[in-house]
Amino acid sequence: MNPDSTAIPAAVPARPPVVRIRGVDKTFPVRGGAPTVALQGIELDITRGEFISLIGPSGCGKSTLLRVIGDLITPDAGSVEVNGKSARAARTDRDYGMVFQAPVLFDWRTVEANVALPLELMNVPASERARRVTEMLDLVELSGFQRHYPHQLSGGMQQRASIARALAFEPTILLMDEPFGALDEMTRERLNAEVLRVWARTGTTIVFVTHSIPEAVFLSTRVVVMSPRPGRIADVIDIDLPQPRTDDSRESDRYFELVTAVRESLRGHPTGSGARTRAEGGIG
Amino acid sequence: MSSQRPESESTFELQSAIDADSSGAYAVEQALAYGESADSIATSADTGMEAVVGAWRSPGGQLLRTILGIALFLLVAGLVWEAFKWLAGDPWRFPAFGYEHRPPFRLMQAQDLQLPHLWDIGSALIEPVQRNADQSLGQFLIGAAFVTWVEAALGFLVGTLVGILLATLFVHSLPAERAFVPYVIASQTIPIIALAPLLIEGVGRGLASVVFIAAYLTFFPVTIAAMRGLRSPDPRALELMRSYAASRWSVYRKVRLPASLPYLFTAFKIAATASVVGAIIGEDPAGTANGLGRAIVNFNQQYVTGPEKLWATILVAGMAGILFYLLVRLVEAFVLRNRRPGAM
Repeated sequence: MNPDSTAIPAAVPARPPVVRIRGVDKTFPVRGGAPTVALQGIELDITRGEFISLIGPSGCGKSTLLRVIGDLITPDAGSVEVNGKSARAARTDRDYGMVFQAPVLFDWRTVEANVALPLELMNVPASERARRVTEMLDLVELSGFQRHYPHQLSGGMQQRASIARALAFEPTILLMDEPFGALDEMTRERLNAEVLRVWARTGTTIVFVTHSIPEAVFLSTRVVVMSPRPGRIADVIDIDLPQPRTDDSRESDRYFELVTAVRESLRGHPTGSGARTRAEGGIG
Repeated sequence: MSSQRPESESTFELQSAIDADSSGAYAVEQALAYGESADSIATSADTGMEAVVGAWRSPGGQLLRTILGIALFLLVAGLVWEAFKWLAGDPWRFPAFGYEHRPPFRLMQAQDLQLPHLWDIGSALIEPVQRNADQSLGQFLIGAAFVTWVEAALGFLVGTLVGILLATLFVHSLPAERAFVPYVIASQTIPIIALAPLLIEGVGRGLASVVFIAAYLTFFPVTIAAMRGLRSPDPRALELMRSYAASRWSVYRKVRLPASLPYLFTAFKIAATASVVGAIIGEDPAGTANGLGRAIVNFNQQYVTGPEKLWATILVAGMAGILFYLLVRLVEAFVLRNRRPGAM
């Protein structure tokens, strides 16, 4: 193991965790086959203001873990605590913002009405709603498109609208499930920069599921590497690139070292070259 | 952050917007929103053309096309009708013009008793409905059509309401769906002719039983389409609502119901014509004296002496159905005007 691993507790700030996952298991029954063990023995703490990426091959349970955190899936065993309460209580308190791979905008609502939807459900008065929608559309650079319908926007713009919607009610945690997976590389890099900007401005804790190693390294403060069958956390890699991240971050030597470390870890060699690593959870 | 980024982004997204949507009018609007210079958008001739295309594709244009389509169909059907008679019907005689035509073939189906000339049907419409009557056949039939139309519209309302309520129940309760959907399907296998007399026994003669029969024919397509439509939202949309801790009622009102509208309107169009058929069928056993159904029965009995009268009644009945259909289509075009093109 990396000798640096002993230094980890000092690196994690002594703030109470926003998300505290202990011993989470989840198994899905398969009709006429062996059940799929989607998650096994998951242990993870996420601190306020962190940007955590969950990365791993298909079927490693990263999307399931995201949904367990958001109380969209109930685990078979273990506990999930969010902001000091159960995941269910956190959901009913509207602590979560969700962004999916598809924008999931409602095509009968204008952009502004889509962004206002969670506020409507929370009975926010109309004037306050209008103010927040304007602010959010400004944040994701969609001002001027309030009255457009989703089908009149490009894929990247639709996804930005869905980010604005997720942030509109100021949730403490933003859960993003491969939000840029369906976009082309250029749009994806631009939206990465945009998410970082939003993150810096709002201070929201972000849990981000991705397939892309460069994306995970560029965005995150920590990358959680998962392995499939059964889905478990294979490795947690601290990303110590300086903040704020810019286009230059993508060209630094440290960036390439970290990309290599994540890649090695995904291949099953969790001893990142130069990266501080710490195995968490799993059967160990 | 470089100052060049927003600029390059807008051009990029403009391009993808144009790629994603072939509607020219929209691309222009998009470009204007981005503050592109006018000459980089399109020439004025192009925008003129695109405006025409845009108008043609607009909901109003679609309705216009529907009406033109129906008119064209009627014209062609009329030509085929008369061509058939020209080839195999009774001899054509117009003494006023000194014209006579002997069709080369003789077919019973093309004779004047089976298939009157369209102009004979037309002139029957302006002649008195009965000897010495004040009212012309046309006036009489329009009055009858109105009676039937009101019955059909009430049946349509009741039927669609029942259909939507049943679908709402089935979508929210699996046991209810398992228990009752087979009966909903079975209900449509019972011939309405057999059901009507039983119904009169129960509900009594009069408007209520006609409305019931019209509703009976309309609720089924609405139930099936509404079930499909209420279940049409993306599972992620439902997850999203769950993450907002939204109530079932909110999910229904804000997601399921709006998502089901395109499906519902498809069923409403079927239901509109079915309700007219239901009202016409129901009138005879229910004893409605002045509707199209009774007119059909009466003129059927007088067919040998005046086949044009029955044919005129059939034409008016068809028109009543088409009018109802067009009305639903008009409402659809308005309600769904902002939906994704092609969603209708």
